[in-house]
Amino acid sequence: MDRLLLIAATLCFLASFGYTLYALGAGRFKPGRGNVVAIFAGFLFLSTFLYLRGKAEGSCPLNSLFDVLVFQSWALVLIYLVVGSAYRLSLLGAFTAPLAFFLVLAAFIAPLNHQPVRRAVLNPWIEFHAALSIIAYGAFGLACIAGVMYLLQESQIKSHKVSPLFYNLPPINDLAVANGRLVWLGFGLLTIGFGAGFLSQMPVNSVKFVASAAIWIVYGVLLLLKRLHTLAPRRLAMLSVVLFALAIITLPGIQYLSSRP
Amino acid sequence: MNILCAGLNHQNAPLDVREKFAVGSHQLAETLSAVRAIGGLSGAVILSTCNRVEFYAASLCPVRAFDDLRNLLHARSGLDAPLYFHDTPGSVRHLFRVVSGLDSMVLGETEILGQVKKAYSAAAEFGATTSHLNKLFQHAFRVAKHVRTETQITRGATSVGAVAVELAGKIFGDLTGRRVMILGAGDTSERTARSLVSRGVKTVIVSNRTYERAAKLAEEIGGLAIHFDHWQNVFSDVDILICSTAAPSTILTREKLAPLMKERAGRPLFVIDLAVPRDVESSVNELEGVFLYDMDSLEGIVSQTLEVRRSEIVRCEKMIADQVGTFVSWLKRHQGLRS
Repeated sequence: MDRLLLIAATLCFLASFGYTLYALGAGRFKPGRGNVVAIFAGFLFLSTFLYLRGKAEGSCPLNSLFDVLVFQSWALVLIYLVVGSAYRLSLLGAFTAPLAFFLVLAAFIAPLNHQPVRRAVLNPWIEFHAALSIIAYGAFGLACIAGVMYLLQESQIKSHKVSPLFYNLPPINDLAVANGRLVWLGFGLLTIGFGAGFLSQMPVNSVKFVASAAIWIVYGVLLLLKRLHTLAPRRLAMLSVVLFALAIITLPGIQYLSSRP
Repeated sequence: MNILCAGLNHQNAPLDVREKFAVGSHQLAETLSAVRAIGGLSGAVILSTCNRVEFYAASLCPVRAFDDLRNLLHARSGLDAPLYFHDTPGSVRHLFRVVSGLDSMVLGETEILGQVKKAYSAAAEFGATTSHLNKLFQHAFRVAKHVRTETQITRGATSVGAVAVELAGKIFGDLTGRRVMILGAGDTSERTARSLVSRGVKTVIVSNRTYERAAKLAEEIGGLAIHFDHWQNVFSDVDILICSTAAPSTILTREKLAPLMKERAGRPLFVIDLAVPRDVESSVNELEGVFLYDMDSLEGIVSQTLEVRRSEIVRCEKMIADQVGTFVSWLKRHQGLRS
């Protein structure tokens, strides 16, 4: 049952992604309701999967890299559904679907332990800390997507060559605002997540702590530079793409190192 | 019952001929009455725009009705109208192509739909439409909407000014409150500035080597005039710069603009260089946050837009052919029921 739910979610994200690719290839892309419906259906399947997984593990399902990847995909879509529509960036969904798809696909095909893992110690603050941190990465993920959209649109305007995507992508000014706000949201959530981590009084895992603190500091510096008007929107867009990519790429390594005794 | 369409348009008659046959709003009631008095006609709609004068009617004997219509037009204008003539299903196809913008001078233009709607409403108001014509025009409006929504036939802007406004929208989003500076008070820059003002641009600053000319243009478009030597002083507040001076060499270089961009706190700058020879060094486009368009690049976008529209013609024609089939089937069924 669990596996079927995950497959259904993957197929929903794939359908949305596939439609986007097809429409782009045919040169007549425009955001449609189909994308949102497919992503929402995928979100419902993932939510049910995570609920059942949480019941099986007796805690928030964030106890293995497999769990983290699935939860990350869910958090990304959650932030898209909650925040994306507020910015009227309907096309965000078309870009969110592939990322959500690849995260779930990675969880599926990577040589990971798919069996539920039970925590030795149950502490609600630890669960709150872990869940909020992953949701914060969801916001960073969406900032990355807004950054990709910004760079695409900016490059079209700069190069004087417009594709059908030009007419559907939002103005770069709006994308820059969304990009900045999403980084702020992620940073705020990560800060609260850190606070919850300290309140839990759990033993500090040095690898995880250093990696998380480094990411928190770098995003903080980005926001500070933006505040001081020394970081142009293009650079913020590029850095939010690079940072999120780095965070996702290094995730397995950090998870592996932090699980070693 | 057949649907008849007769008329002349920009493809088969020059303006000086078209204007002889144009039907102004003050002549509409009288002309509709005269057309409806033609034997065998049971309804009529007259579409008269700057690019076409067309008569749509329901008729049992279209060929005779067409001859009578030609005579009527000759009697009114004293000229032989170079009329084209379509009978069902050609007339239906022609109307569907007209409302979809496929028969327009600028391929895919959307103004024609409003004009056809207006012509149909006027005819309906005068009681000149029949159930066949009502069905035909309602169907045509649905076809136009379908073609527009499902294809890219209306996509993009097709004039230099409209492209500039579209690009400004894609850079800044809402143009309300944005500031425009015009360097050199030329006609094209004035038209572009007016388009931007109509989209909500807040302030227009005009600067020209001859201050009086700048002041005159500023007054006309509700802007502010400044002396040409001072334009750099207010530059940091400007979002869109339109250049069209008659300077023999560039007035805005990368070296000059780079330090000014640092004062803008990351705000983008859209530079529209309409001058020939150009006012702005092309390498300015390489600066972060600067988007430079000259006449060639603006016309390049127009060409790309028209190319996209042309590539959609086949799809549009296919949709229209399907819809003509649907309407003609209805027409036959309707006649079958009546007989």
